[in-house]
Amino acid sequence: MGTTASQLRKDLLSEYQELTFLTKQEIILAHKRFSELLSKEDRNIPTPRVPMEKVLSLPELKSNPFRKRICHVFSTSDMKDGSLTFEDFLDLLSAFSDSATLEIKSHYAFRIFDFDDDGTLDGGDLEKLVNCLTGETDDTRLTTEEMRQLISNILEESDIDKDGTVNLSEFQHVISRSPDFVSSFKIVL
Amino acid sequence: MASLKEEVEEKKKLIATLRNKPWRMKRRLKLLKECQAFVEEFEGALGKGKGRKLYAYKVMMAKKMIKFNRDFDNFKTACIPWERKIKEVESHFGSSVASYFIFLRWMYGLNLVLFAFMFGLVVLPEVMMGLPYGSIPRKTVPRAEQDRAMDISVLLDFGGYCKYSILFYGFYNDERTIGVLQFRLPLSYLLVGVGIFGYSLMVVIRTMARNSDEGGDGGDDGQFTFAFKMFTSWDYLIGNPETADNKYASITTSFKESIVDEQENQKDENIHLRRFLRVLANFLILCSLGGSGFLIYFVVKRSQEFANLDQDDLSWFEKNEVEFVMSLLGLVCPPLFETIAELEEYHPRIALKWQLGRIFALFLGNLYTFLFALFDEVNAKLEKEKSIRNATIWGLNEYYSNYSSYHNTTDIPPPDIHPADVIRGPCWETAVGIEFVKLTVSDIQVTYMTILIGDFLRAMIVRFLNYCWCWDLEAGFPSYGEFDISGNVLGLIFNQGMIWMGAFYAPGLVGLNVLRLLTSMYYQCWAVMSCNVPHERVFKASKSNNFYMGLLLLVLFLSLLPVVYTIMTLPPSFDCGPFSGREQMYNVVMETIENDLPAFIGNIFTYATNPGLILPAVLLMVLAIYYLNATSKNYQNANLELKKKMQMARDEEKNRRNNKENTNQVMQDLEDLLPNRSLLPPAAAEEKPPPVREKGSKSPKVAKRPGAAANGKGINIQKDVSLAAPNPKAAVTHPPGPRGPSGNARGPPPGPARGRGRGTPPSRR
Repeated sequence: MGTTASQLRKDLLSEYQELTFLTKQEIILAHKRFSELLSKEDRNIPTPRVPMEKVLSLPELKSNPFRKRICHVFSTSDMKDGSLTFEDFLDLLSAFSDSATLEIKSHYAFRIFDFDDDGTLDGGDLEKLVNCLTGETDDTRLTTEEMRQLISNILEESDIDKDGTVNLSEFQHVISRSPDFVSSFKIVL
Repeated sequence: MASLKEEVEEKKKLIATLRNKPWRMKRRLKLLKECQAFVEEFEGALGKGKGRKLYAYKVMMAKKMIKFNRDFDNFKTACIPWERKIKEVESHFGSSVASYFIFLRWMYGLNLVLFAFMFGLVVLPEVMMGLPYGSIPRKTVPRAEQDRAMDISVLLDFGGYCKYSILFYGFYNDERTIGVLQFRLPLSYLLVGVGIFGYSLMVVIRTMARNSDEGGDGGDDGQFTFAFKMFTSWDYLIGNPETADNKYASITTSFKESIVDEQENQKDENIHLRRFLRVLANFLILCSLGGSGFLIYFVVKRSQEFANLDQDDLSWFEKNEVEFVMSLLGLVCPPLFETIAELEEYHPRIALKWQLGRIFALFLGNLYTFLFALFDEVNAKLEKEKSIRNATIWGLNEYYSNYSSYHNTTDIPPPDIHPADVIRGPCWETAVGIEFVKLTVSDIQVTYMTILIGDFLRAMIVRFLNYCWCWDLEAGFPSYGEFDISGNVLGLIFNQGMIWMGAFYAPGLVGLNVLRLLTSMYYQCWAVMSCNVPHERVFKASKSNNFYMGLLLLVLFLSLLPVVYTIMTLPPSFDCGPFSGREQMYNVVMETIENDLPAFIGNIFTYATNPGLILPAVLLMVLAIYYLNATSKNYQNANLELKKKMQMARDEEKNRRNNKENTNQVMQDLEDLLPNRSLLPPAAAEEKPPPVREKGSKSPKVAKRPGAAANGKGINIQKDVSLAAPNPKAAVTHPPGPRGPSGNARGPPPGPARGRGRGTPPSRR
C-alpha cells in the first residue's frame, strides 16, 4: 500500500478527473502502478520521476514498437531522457484512454511518429516508422527498393500540398477517415 | 455586468474543454486553477442585488449536478463486469477477438433487461397473486400423464411438470384482474411481449448510431490504403510478446503484398474461366441451401407423425430429430461453403463477406423452414381443438340441463370435476414454446460440445501427441485452432433471434438465455485463452461492428414478423393461457380501453385507427424519409466540393510559388512593349515579404513585385525571385523615374489583390 506520502490527495484527484479522460478508479490504479515503479528513496520526493527503463518494463508497453517514442513524447524532463512524472503518466493514459477524442489521439500519434521532432513527417521519419513496424530481425525488414516504393506511395496518398512531408493537418485528415484508429490506439492498465 | 457574466461563462466552458487540449498537465493544472479562482471570485459578485439568493442557489445546484454526474459515471464504469477478463484476451489476441467478447457482454446486458421486464411484470404477479398449481385445469398435469410427470426423460423434454409451470404460456390464467392490486395480467402479458421487441429495437438502433458516428466514412475504399497500414495498423492493446511477433509478421506481409499489388496491374488471366467457376460455386451453394431447407421440412413433418405415436416406442434420436438435424446443418454447412468458395478466388475480405452472407442465408432459411413446418402443426392443433371445444361445450350444456331437470333449480354450481380430469384442448402456444426451448437447449449443447471437442481436445492431442508423432503437429496439420470470430458472432445473433421469437410463448426462455450467456462468457474466455492461438493473418473487417449490428437488426425484424402475425390472426387456445376465450389476442387491449379507461380515450383511439388518419401519417413519414435522404446527399456533395476546393487552393499555392519566374518573365517582356505598366500582375510571394519589405521607404514600392524587381530593365534580376526578398540592389540602382508615379499609384491596389495569398502583409497599409 505504501506510506501516506504516496497516497493521492483528494483535491488533486478531483482536478485530475476534470483534466483527463480517466475515471476515478483509473487514476487511482495509475497511481498505484506508478508508485510500484518508484524505487524506495524516490517515494518521498514531492514529484518523483521514473526513469525510462522502468516505464518500459510495464507489460502494457513492453511489446510496443513505439515504446521509446511514447516515453519521449510524454516526458517533461529537461534532460530529454524520457523519464516520466506522475502527471506525465496520467497524460499518457488519458491520451490513450477509451474516451479520448480523435483530435487528441491523432495529435499525439503525430508526435510519436515524428522521430526527429521537427513538426513534420518526412521520408526519414516514415522510414524509421516502417522499420519499427516490421520488427527487429533482418529477415522481416523490407528491401531498400520496397521501402522507397512504399514511402512514395504513402506520400502520394497523404501529402496534399505536395511538399514531400506530411504535416499535422494532413495527418489528421488521413486519420479521421480511418475507422480502426480510435479503437486500436488504446492502452488500458 | 453582462460582460462579466459572459466572461464567467467563457471560463466555465474553458474548464469543460481543458482535457481536450494537447498540453502538458502542468499547464492545464495552472489554467484550471486560474479559471476556477476567477469563477469563484466573480460568481459571488454576480449574485448581488435582486435575485441574489436564487442565483446562488442555481449555482450551487449546478455544481452539485456536475459532481453527481461525475460520480454516477464513475459508478457506471465500476459496474461493467468482466473488464479484466476482456482486457486479458485483448492483450493476447488483439482487438478483433476481444470485440466478440464485448459483443457478448452487450447481449448479456440486453437480455438481462428483457428478463427483468418479463420476470417482474408477468411471471412474478402470476406467481404471487395468481392461483397456485393444481387449482384449475390449465395449471394441472392431466390425469393420463400424471404417473410419468416426474420422470427425468419427460422433464428433459419439457413435458410433465415442466410443461405446466410458469415457463410456458399455458400456465397463465385469463382473469382480467388478479390479486389485491387488481393487476391486469393478460394486458401486461401482451404489452410485455410487444415491448420486448420495442426495447430491443431501440437499443440496437441507438448502438448503431453511436458506432456509425465514431467510424467515420471508412475512406473511399483504397484511397488511403498505404497510409492506413502505416499509421493505424498497430494494435496498442497487445501486451504479449508472442502476439506482437505475429503482428509484426502480418504487417510485413501486408506491406509486401500491397507493394506488389500496386506495381502489377490487375492481370485478369482467364476471365471466362473465373466467371464460370464463380457461377458454378454459387449454383452448388444454392443447391446445398435448398437441400438443407428441404431436410428440415421433412424432419419436422416426421416429428409430427412421431408425436402421434406412443412416446415410449421412440428412441432419443427420433424424439429430438429436429433439433439434432438443425444443429448438425449449422455445423457442417459453413466449412462446406468455405471449401466451395475456394473456387471463386476472391480477395479475402470480399470472400469473408460472401461467406458471412451465405451462412446468414443458411441460418435464415433453416429458421424459416422450421417456422413454416411448425405453423402447419399449429393449424393441425387448431383443428383438433375445435372438435374438443365443441365436445366440452356440449358436455357442459348436458350437465346443466341434467342438473336443472333433476334438482329443479336455476342456480347451478359448476361441475365438480377434479382439475386433472377435465378434457383439455391441445394448447398450441405451449407446444410452440416447447419447440423453441428445445431448440435453444440443443443449440447450447452443440456449441459447448464443439468447443470442447473441436478446440480443447484438439489442443490436448496436438500438445501431448507431438512428442511421439512423425510430423510436427503444432506447425503442420492440425495445429492449434484459431478463434472463429464471425462464426461465433453469427451464432450469437441467431440465438438471440430464436429467443425473440420464442419469448412470447415461453416466458422462461429469456431467463434461460441469461444463464446461457453468463456461462458462455466464462467458458469461452477460458477456452480461448487455453486452446487458441492468435490469428496468423490479421486483417480487420473494419466496419464489422456496424455490420453485425445491421444483421442483428435484420434478425430482429424477421423474428418480429411471426409473433405479430400470431397476435393478429391466429385465435388463442380456448382453455389455456392469458388470452383464452377471446377471439384474437389483441382483443385484450380493446377490452381494457372500453372498460377501464375513460370514454374519451376510447374515442381518441377510434379516431386514431381510422384509415383516413393513418394513410396521411404514413405518407408524411415517407416524405420525411425522402427529404432527409436528399439532405444527407447534399451534405455529402458539399463535403466533396470543400475537399476539392482545399486541394485546389493548395495546388494554386504550389503553382504560384513554382511558376512565378515563368509568368513574371513573360509579363516582363510584355511590360517593355507597353507604356502602361499595369499589366504586371501585382501578385507576389506572400511568405517572406512583410518584414523584408519595410526596409527603406523607397523599397516598398519596388518590393511589391519581388519578381518584377525594378522596372522593365531589371530583367536579369528575375533569378532570385519567388520567396526571396526583393533585390535591394535593384531598388537602389534604378531611380524609379518613369516608374515613380505609377509605382505610387500602384501602392494601394496590390494590397487587396495580395489578400488572395496566404500571408496578407498587414503592414502594407
